Amino acid sequence: MTALSRSRLWQLLRKELLQMMRDPRSRRLLILAPILQLLVFGYAVNTDVRHARTFLLDADHSAESRQLAQTLTASGYFDIVARSERPADLTQALDKGNVLMGVHIPRGFGADVARGRATSVQLLLDGASANTANVALGYATQIIGRYGLQRAAQIAARAGVLSKTGSVDFAVRVWYNPNLESRAYNVPAVMGTIVMLMTLLLTSLAVVRERELGTLEQLMVSPLRPAELILGKTMPSALVGMFDVVLVTAVALLWFRIPFEGSFLVLGVASLVYVLSGIGIGLLISTISNTQQEAFMSMFMVFMPFLMLSGMMFPVENMPRWVQYVTLLDPIRHFLIIVRGVFLRGAGWAIVWPQLLVLALMGGSVLTVATQRFHKRAD
Amino acid sequence: MGIRFGRLLAITRKEFIQLRRDTRSLMMAFLVPAAMIVFFGYVISFDVKDIKIAVLDQDQSQRSRELVESFVSAGRFRITHRLEHLAEVTPLLDRGAVRMALVIPPGFARHLAVGQQAPVQAILDGADANTSAISLNYATAIVTAYSAGIALKATRMVPPVSPEARVWYNETLESPPMIVPGLIAVIMMIITAMLTSMTIAREWERGTMEQLASTPVHRAEVILGKLVPYIGIGLVDLLGVVLLGMFVFGVPFRGNPFLLFVMALLFLIGSLGLGIFISATMRSQLLATQLAMISTFLPSLLLSGLMFDLNSMPVVLQAISTVVPARYFITVMRGIFLKDVGLSVLWGQGMAMVLYATIGLTLAVRAFRKELEA
Repeated sequence: MTALSRSRLWQLLRKELLQMMRDPRSRRLLILAPILQLLVFGYAVNTDVRHARTFLLDADHSAESRQLAQTLTASGYFDIVARSERPADLTQALDKGNVLMGVHIPRGFGADVARGRATSVQLLLDGASANTANVALGYATQIIGRYGLQRAAQIAARAGVLSKTGSVDFAVRVWYNPNLESRAYNVPAVMGTIVMLMTLLLTSLAVVRERELGTLEQLMVSPLRPAELILGKTMPSALVGMFDVVLVTAVALLWFRIPFEGSFLVLGVASLVYVLSGIGIGLLISTISNTQQEAFMSMFMVFMPFLMLSGMMFPVENMPRWVQYVTLLDPIRHFLIIVRGVFLRGAGWAIVWPQLLVLALMGGSVLTVATQRFHKRAD
Repeated sequence: MGIRFGRLLAITRKEFIQLRRDTRSLMMAFLVPAAMIVFFGYVISFDVKDIKIAVLDQDQSQRSRELVESFVSAGRFRITHRLEHLAEVTPLLDRGAVRMALVIPPGFARHLAVGQQAPVQAILDGADANTSAISLNYATAIVTAYSAGIALKATRMVPPVSPEARVWYNETLESPPMIVPGLIAVIMMIITAMLTSMTIAREWERGTMEQLASTPVHRAEVILGKLVPYIGIGLVDLLGVVLLGMFVFGVPFRGNPFLLFVMALLFLIGSLGLGIFISATMRSQLLATQLAMISTFLPSLLLSGLMFDLNSMPVVLQAISTVVPARYFITVMRGIFLKDVGLSVLWGQGMAMVLYATIGLTLAVRAFRKELEA
């Protein structure tokens, strides 16, 4: 077998790129898919609780009850969108899902607070939106608790009770994402899904399309070496994959203003290794599929679990223990740790090497198996 | 030419036989929904339960140990690292080994004893904003309760205003009751649109469309005939995933099963019609599947309120979400499953379902006519 010929490889590569760019549908896919995902994950995937819709049921109408409501809205976490005095209205609002939380201030609240008697405020939450409700409940509990302690301290001071009681000053410093914005965590991660999707799709379809059209035989009898054929077939997807990495990084930095603390070199190397693993899996799919339809279905069956197990949208540490072990097989998961680390934590080689090693091992083994199977099918 | 039941039945039979022979599609029709609900049900979880923290107790006093103990006994935090030096904090957080580091500086107990403010520091890894915000809430609640306990003991006062929270519909605030009913909607949408998206395209690709065109059947008969087997599959799937949701994930079913059935039927007709429309317009099975996937999967997952609160999205996305059918069906599913509400609350969504079914059917029939005459 002669060595690889650069001109033959170049010819095939040119043909592949031409084919990809000529088809308006695939052109649209190349541009639209990343943009769409960026928009969705930049704007839609938002778990920050701000201005939660709140129903105020103030049965007391005292200065204290108004003060408490004021404290809730001033925090920025709650917007009072409806008020009433009839509990039935609150029930209906919750049933319809119009409000997330109802605050019921009972009659006599103001008098109790003023006299330093224990009193309570009832919070009713729509548990059907469990995640948002949980966060909102946390904020509301803190705000109301703090309000109560402040009032108690005032009363104690006025009554001349020793006001100098010790208390804990809880100072929280948030690192890496100081404003706790979910966008900073999600936008860079788009890179992981889009690169995997593109490399899987393009690689598997590039081979299967020729098989379906019957042109694969033509390529086989041409003077192309199998290695050249594989390289020529996979390099376009690699190029697209790397292009998507650049695109997502650019949009994240310039449009969403996500901080980038790490090194572009680390990101680049990791992306390259990741792209190779995607190409390997894509090639593997192409060896088990006869038609584009089959390839697409198989691609979907592989991509979907990868996406779900990656920690892209659902944190891996919240999953059951056995599922967490399964996620270790998911290349997207490892790549996302690197991407998020590089973007937000400024992670360098010393930190990302375990993930990088796993990706390299995965990519290497899948690529080897895929090329072997490819050769076998070709013969 | 009016619609005749006999001809419609013949088309149904043909479609049914074809489906039975197509193992791949059948597998997708019955196994994939079950697999999806189990898989997603386990994977999609926002329950923050096992928060790993590192503790640096520089005070080593009775008081500081009490505070650390109250973190452990709260049940949600797990101390994975006990540190000796402040310098150990950074590498732990950088590696993502712990979510939070709790630092109790020396003099903590002494400050408290003389009635001063005793500082305690928490360093939080904020990268994953959602999980971090929830963890921070838990931590703050623990410290506040601890602090209030000391203050109240010292002043012999009663506890002041206490928030008394009651969570309705999903008392423990766990993810499955929120996710599973909505997931059922998403799965129905994906499966039905994908299944039917192939049905017309298949006829074109196999060249049987001309035969179908030359047989004396009305186009509505073809569409309805093709729909019936898929509605059957959809309803079996629905029953399957509802039962799985109830018995595997313990999601309560509080509402009216008949209302659920009617709503689901309408939703199915709409989604199937949409699938046929895509299939008839695309003419290629590959393109039809891809388009069906893109137009159903992402919007129903992300713009439907299934996981992410629609109210906190930008106005433009909120506007887009109003044309995502799954959005309304998810409200219906949650309403019936968790809230036991009827048409008096869900009438708006009911109208949306009727509208969706009508649009889906009309689109399907119209797109199909164009093809036959072309």
